[in-house]
Amino acid sequence: MPKLTVDGIEVEVEDGATVLQACEEAGAEIPRFCFHERLSIAGNCRMCLVDMERAPKPIASCAMPAGDGMVIDTKSERVKKAREGVMEFLLVNHPLDCPICDQGGECDLQDQAMGYGHDASRYSENKRAVSEKHMGPLIKTVMTRCIHCTRCVRFSTEVAGTPNLGAIGRGENVEITTYLEQNLASELSANVIDLCPVGALTSRPYAFVARPWELNKVESIDVMDAMGSNIRIDARGSQVMRVLPRLNEDINEEWISDKTRYAIDGLRRQRLDTPYLRGKDGRLRPVSWDRAFAAIATKMKKTKSAELAAIAGDQIDAEAMFALKSLFDKLGSSNIDCRQDGAKLTAKLRASYLFNTTIAGIDEADAILIVGSNPRIEAAVMNARIRRNFLNNRTPIALIGPEADLTYPVTHLGADISVLKQLVSGKHKFAKILKKAKRPMIILGMGALRRADGQSILGIAREIADKTDMVTDSWNGFNVLHTAAARVAGLDMGFVPGKGGKDVAGILKAAAKGEMKLVWLLGADEIDTSAFANSFVIYQGHHGDAGAAAADVILPGAAYTEKDGLYVNFEGRVQMGRRATFPPGEAKEDWAIIRAVSEHLNKTLPFDSAAALRDELITAVPSFAVLDEVLPSKWAKFGRIGKLSDEPVTSSLSQFHMTCAISRSSETMAACHQSIQAASSSLAAE
Amino acid sequence: MSISTLIAENQPETFSFTSESEAEIKQQIAKYPAGRQASAVKSLLYIAQKQNDNWIPMRAVEAVAERLEMPVMRVLEVASFYSMFNLKPVGKWYLQVCGTTPCMLRGADDISRCIKDKLKIASGETSACGKFSLLEVECLGACVNAPILQVNDDFYEDMDYQATARLLDELAVDNKPEFGSVIGRQGSESEDGATTLKAVKKTASRSK
Repeated sequence: MPKLTVDGIEVEVEDGATVLQACEEAGAEIPRFCFHERLSIAGNCRMCLVDMERAPKPIASCAMPAGDGMVIDTKSERVKKAREGVMEFLLVNHPLDCPICDQGGECDLQDQAMGYGHDASRYSENKRAVSEKHMGPLIKTVMTRCIHCTRCVRFSTEVAGTPNLGAIGRGENVEITTYLEQNLASELSANVIDLCPVGALTSRPYAFVARPWELNKVESIDVMDAMGSNIRIDARGSQVMRVLPRLNEDINEEWISDKTRYAIDGLRRQRLDTPYLRGKDGRLRPVSWDRAFAAIATKMKKTKSAELAAIAGDQIDAEAMFALKSLFDKLGSSNIDCRQDGAKLTAKLRASYLFNTTIAGIDEADAILIVGSNPRIEAAVMNARIRRNFLNNRTPIALIGPEADLTYPVTHLGADISVLKQLVSGKHKFAKILKKAKRPMIILGMGALRRADGQSILGIAREIADKTDMVTDSWNGFNVLHTAAARVAGLDMGFVPGKGGKDVAGILKAAAKGEMKLVWLLGADEIDTSAFANSFVIYQGHHGDAGAAAADVILPGAAYTEKDGLYVNFEGRVQMGRRATFPPGEAKEDWAIIRAVSEHLNKTLPFDSAAALRDELITAVPSFAVLDEVLPSKWAKFGRIGKLSDEPVTSSLSQFHMTCAISRSSETMAACHQSIQAASSSLAAE
Repeated sequence: MSISTLIAENQPETFSFTSESEAEIKQQIAKYPAGRQASAVKSLLYIAQKQNDNWIPMRAVEAVAERLEMPVMRVLEVASFYSMFNLKPVGKWYLQVCGTTPCMLRGADDISRCIKDKLKIASGETSACGKFSLLEVECLGACVNAPILQVNDDFYEDMDYQATARLLDELAVDNKPEFGSVIGRQGSESEDGATTLKAVKKTASRSK
């Protein structure tokens, strides 16, 4: 632990820390462009120059390891002059187009030019001009503004694992581009926009849309995947303008996936903003809330409780699910399910459906087995963590399921699930690796668990975990990777069939036979709605997607940006999403709609406010009381040891960009999807 | 200088190494420890360039990347960094004029002027006949016999306007004269003959 003196203050920093980090420790602010904590050190912008005792010239503090006894001066006249000089050189070729630059107001160069630069330019020659580069539908480039910090190059190479960004040319002619201007083919590509310290890489969908100081910033939680990435929603008036990542070391660090960032334009399209009722002629017509409620009440009172069913969707907040569950409890129906994809998970034991290792725990794993999942698509930001673990430790990683490029090398064990049996018996080569590992991990994806033999796969995976000592006092290597943001909350509160109740498959089957008279779809769009031809379907949600098309009554709800709500990510971490805008038109928060219906049915639910509802929820399910933390969960036997089918394992999502009602309505996501298909078809043509 | 101006407009559909190139590649990769084969990237690019009329098409960049298990962008970065690599077709005679201080002081401008007069091309251009390409480069490392004109792999030293004109005339009819100093300097002695170590008996002179 080296001790050094910075501006007369003595600090002690960790081994391997740089002088720049030591200066920050001592409270000295060091300007920088190329240095970034999560990327390798480049040392090419020279903005972080400081004086070191006995050094003949200022040193680049980001690239200098802190040494014992160093005496650093960050406030000397020479440092000031050096910074001014570097800034002047950077501005030689940087256009002064801040008024038309989207980075304006949140630009490192702008801020640091104010703080450390000269007041005026001495440069009167022509500036260099650089042509724009194509990087796909998400990233807009104005390469004349580029200062060649190479943060984007390092990000795509190191973090994203798609090294198709680079710097071509030399000296004054260096230009950042992708190989032959192909798309930046990564699920994390848009993070380079945040990393860019100037306005060279900006957001294409957000181009010329708003200025940062006009936006209301709300800290919330993402629901595009089940990670629960921490986001900041920037809204102006009634519209969400953009989504940015928020730092959370335990979950998404400071990255978010492209879907998290850009699916939000789907919030403006295909919205349900008023209740609808299907008339006798079979057409949906807008009606008042009262008429919609009356229609539901009439129908429900006539229906036997065994013929009522409710299915919760993948992006629903815990409050709405709990309200609907309470209502169905009161109605005496146990046909409720939150597992649209038919995942064979039970709600009995928390450890059996959680990502027990936790996302941060991935960093410590020393052998990883992935079954029926493509983490790059299902949880892109988490996949970057697995990649980092591989880069740091050369961790052996094996995959059972369809072959895929996960951005790190994997041993592909085939798509046949029977490999699991060899792994249990310990005969398989990878079983020995798991056995030898101190902190082995297994990741079970929905591709494996949604199969008919999902319970057996769960059981056999649990047995592998037991046999290879995956579960100890300090480590639990058994993980289920969910793709639905609402799933864990649903399982936690028991939004699954009760005694004699039917699950999603059972509900669909009964409905097809005409035995399920009334089905309440709470934002459920991923099921086959053709089975509901003879059922009365209530669709409660925010988008006119599959569920709404099949509905007899539509109750317009709020999307995740329009309500306060609790979400539980796949680790079992309860987090609070916050409202950034109001729901459009007459749409209301989902729990309030269910509460209103309950009154029309004379089964009034015992809460009048979201706070009262949450109290009720916490009383019923205590795990909701603790926010932002992962509670330890008990380990026991679960799953069934049964026959495995010989069908090949699939991955639960076939593509990344359009996976929910919001992203399917998003033009940006559609453009991304198309550009990927165009790229792959042109490859196939070759 | 976007990528479209950096590389050739007409790219060949395919590229594959010849058997001679393959042998050389094997030799080059063997110089580096296992797993560090990417160190051979410049050698392989040069082999590809030699095989392909002194320029590197993108298919060759991709072939090198595949051979060395490198991201193709990393190979393009290297190929675009060095002036030694041509990403566009060049003429049969690829002329490189050194313009760095010693050559400049000894009359490099005359060489450039002669080439401009005779071939009507500037740095980075190819003559109308397609036979000659010119690039002004930084130090070629032969300052002792400055100024230098490099033709393909060979140095012509002590050049002036007339010597350049004569050389270009010869090259125009595909006749490549002996390379080396055009004023007959053997080592790097003074232009007016050796001035020191005169007492030392001359034993053998370097054969041309």
